[in-house]
Amino acid sequence: MTRKQRRLAFILSGLLVIGVAVGLVLFALSGTITYFKTPSDLADNPVQVGQRFRLGGLVASGSVKRGQSLDVEFEVTDTIKAVPVVYRGVLPDLFREGQGVVAEGRLDESGRFRADTVLAKHDETYMPPEVAKALKEKGVKLGEGATHPGSPAGTARQ
Amino acid sequence: MTVEIGHFALILALLVSLVQMVVPAWGARVGDGRLMAVGGSAAIGTFVLVLIAFVMLADAYVRSDFSVLNVWANSHSAKPFIYRLSGVWGNHEGSMVLWVLILALFGAAVAVFGGYLPATLKARVLCAQASISLAFLVFILLTSNPFERLSPAPMEGRGLNPILQDPALAFHPPFLYAGYVGFSMAFSFAIAALIEGRTDAAWARWVRPWTLAAWMCLTLGIAMGSWWAYYELGWGGWWFWDPVENASFMPWLAGTALLHSALVMEKREALKVWTILLAILTFSLSLMGTFLVRSGVLSSVHAFAVDPKRGVFILAIMTIFTGGGLALFAARAAELKQGGLFSPISREGALVLNNVLLATATGTVLIGTLYPLALEAVTGDKISVGAPYFNLTFGPLMVPLLLALPFGSFLGWKRGDLRAAAERLLVAAGVALVAVVLAFAFMVPGPWAAPLGLALGVWVLAGAVWEVLFRARLGRADAGEVLRRLANLPRSAWGTAAAHAGVGLMVIGIVATTAWQSERIVAMKPGEKTSIAGYTLAFHGIDSGRGPNYSEDRGRFTVTRDGSPVTELFPAKRLYDAPRQPTTEAGIHVALGGDLYVVLGDAQKEGAFAVRLYFNPLVRLIWIGAVLMFIGGALSLSDRRLRVGAPRKSRKTVIVPAE
Repeated sequence: MTRKQRRLAFILSGLLVIGVAVGLVLFALSGTITYFKTPSDLADNPVQVGQRFRLGGLVASGSVKRGQSLDVEFEVTDTIKAVPVVYRGVLPDLFREGQGVVAEGRLDESGRFRADTVLAKHDETYMPPEVAKALKEKGVKLGEGATHPGSPAGTARQ
Repeated sequence: MTVEIGHFALILALLVSLVQMVVPAWGARVGDGRLMAVGGSAAIGTFVLVLIAFVMLADAYVRSDFSVLNVWANSHSAKPFIYRLSGVWGNHEGSMVLWVLILALFGAAVAVFGGYLPATLKARVLCAQASISLAFLVFILLTSNPFERLSPAPMEGRGLNPILQDPALAFHPPFLYAGYVGFSMAFSFAIAALIEGRTDAAWARWVRPWTLAAWMCLTLGIAMGSWWAYYELGWGGWWFWDPVENASFMPWLAGTALLHSALVMEKREALKVWTILLAILTFSLSLMGTFLVRSGVLSSVHAFAVDPKRGVFILAIMTIFTGGGLALFAARAAELKQGGLFSPISREGALVLNNVLLATATGTVLIGTLYPLALEAVTGDKISVGAPYFNLTFGPLMVPLLLALPFGSFLGWKRGDLRAAAERLLVAAGVALVAVVLAFAFMVPGPWAAPLGLALGVWVLAGAVWEVLFRARLGRADAGEVLRRLANLPRSAWGTAAAHAGVGLMVIGIVATTAWQSERIVAMKPGEKTSIAGYTLAFHGIDSGRGPNYSEDRGRFTVTRDGSPVTELFPAKRLYDAPRQPTTEAGIHVALGGDLYVVLGDAQKEGAFAVRLYFNPLVRLIWIGAVLMFIGGALSLSDRRLRVGAPRKSRKTVIVPAE
């Protein structure tokens, strides 16, 4: 093979790999991404039953009910609308009423959100930015310097 | 007073690195040796000054000086010494000082060990290195000053996030940073080479050990992070494709490609232009990692503080260095002389395939990481791209890479013989085939592809082992000869084999634990029993206790297998004193076949507790593989021919017989 042919072979094999990768990326992006919604988003644009998405907001005060065996029910609210959530399993350490939470799962026919994962992030002053931002957009006031509502300014950790 | 010394030292370091950036480059331009020599002293000076600043900050942490804002916000006097120290880099400001410290250390290393580098190249490398230090020092001093005072000084600090109070995580950031920042050496050398307009094998011989050292640190740093996430977060997983994990994984992938292409450049003077480009891209990805992690654009525990000014600043740094590097590359790359010819079927060809696949894989991870950010910026939709995406894109690209890997080692340089290589690899293929058959026979429930994935790992592992044995002429020479040859193999050959064996082990571990993990969630009352993967666990109840800075509820479990006792496990829920935050401590029984992993959950009705159990088969191999990769790198680094300063030594050996 001449230098030119060799170079062509290299370029073609490189393009082949990249082509396959682009195909995979497009296929994967069309099928595997999950959208993030707040309860108000859900009320404005209803999501189909069975469609997988992430629901974010605050755990409504007084809404956590423990059922038989390991079932837990609670409401996720953005202070305007609330969605009932059903979860079976071990809740994260930082799951608490009034705290920010992100649940991933699907709506069932009765309009309840069946979560298969529940995330409350690693730090108690920490609110998932999606939640913080979404709440801000909805006009929910957060204390200055605090990353979750109800916490006095500046002393979020104590 | 001490933190003021630190602050002052940091400002001085800024000025000295300004000198280091301007003077040697000017000297190289006008050909003045004395001006170029300034670079070396300035690099050492910068390092010493940043070291002083770092030590002063560490001192404030160790003494728990809460009159310093940064110490107050991130430390607590009741913390054990090691976590007071690791608190220095457990926050944004301190971790940036560590970043610059490691950067300055690398710069000083060029000054000290680079004696035989051509003077102009050395001057330009130091200049490029100084420009990076300068940018980050300005960043620290303007937006993230760790030396700010607090008046009046509080009596007690707010404490470090308890999940960060962990031995593996204490050393995760320094290794990660050494990796990120180590790639700045490759970047600086690439920039210097582009300015000089020439590169040769000597350039690659210089760049490769630094890249290797950085890559080793990054490998270990990522592995530590993954190990920590595994036992501390209590989810039983070891990798979550979290954007922050990806931020460290992308430079690792690109750095791995760089290591291999620098090898081609060193041995055969080919792939020059590509290697230079890869050096620029690898460091750009490191900068991007820093940006993603530090700017708070990602939702993650690593985003310490969400301060838009910082994000914009790091974004600017990243744009300047990436854009500047690529612009210089575009302008000058054409002047670099093309390298040697080689056939597609050759060691070089195999390494090119390695590079194409690794670079493409880096690209898919990049898209998966940035797509949610881009989409939100454009349409406002918030989405998350999770493990399914990466499994679908990254996974398939690794298959040909792993298939081809053993072939590469058995192909000759310049022109290889694929058939001969295949014949030599029959042993490894046989071992892999046996693994498939065994996996199908004994591990029935599970995805159909899992045994094939397992075989892929075994294939890479067996190929690496066989490479060493083949070179020792096993089966073709008597035992004494084989041993003699094994002893005489160059360390770099051992290093390659060890690193590749590490990849094989890791693949085996990943496939096994992904495909055959078992998980159960049960509500247990004291006195009840449950079982998983052949183990029987009896729950005896909860004890309350105190640790140095936390109180805990500790579950007591005895584990038996076929009636005979195995171990006791104590999964716990801790509540730390400062900050008051609960954490979960998993109870893990480590065994060769797999880990038994128990997490204690919330109290349920009627005195029961939620208990989550996992059995993770062969999960240890993932980290053992990473450590083996690190050892492989170390062996290769200790090889005489690669050792920094080696040419000077070989010159000496030439002189000796002449005396």
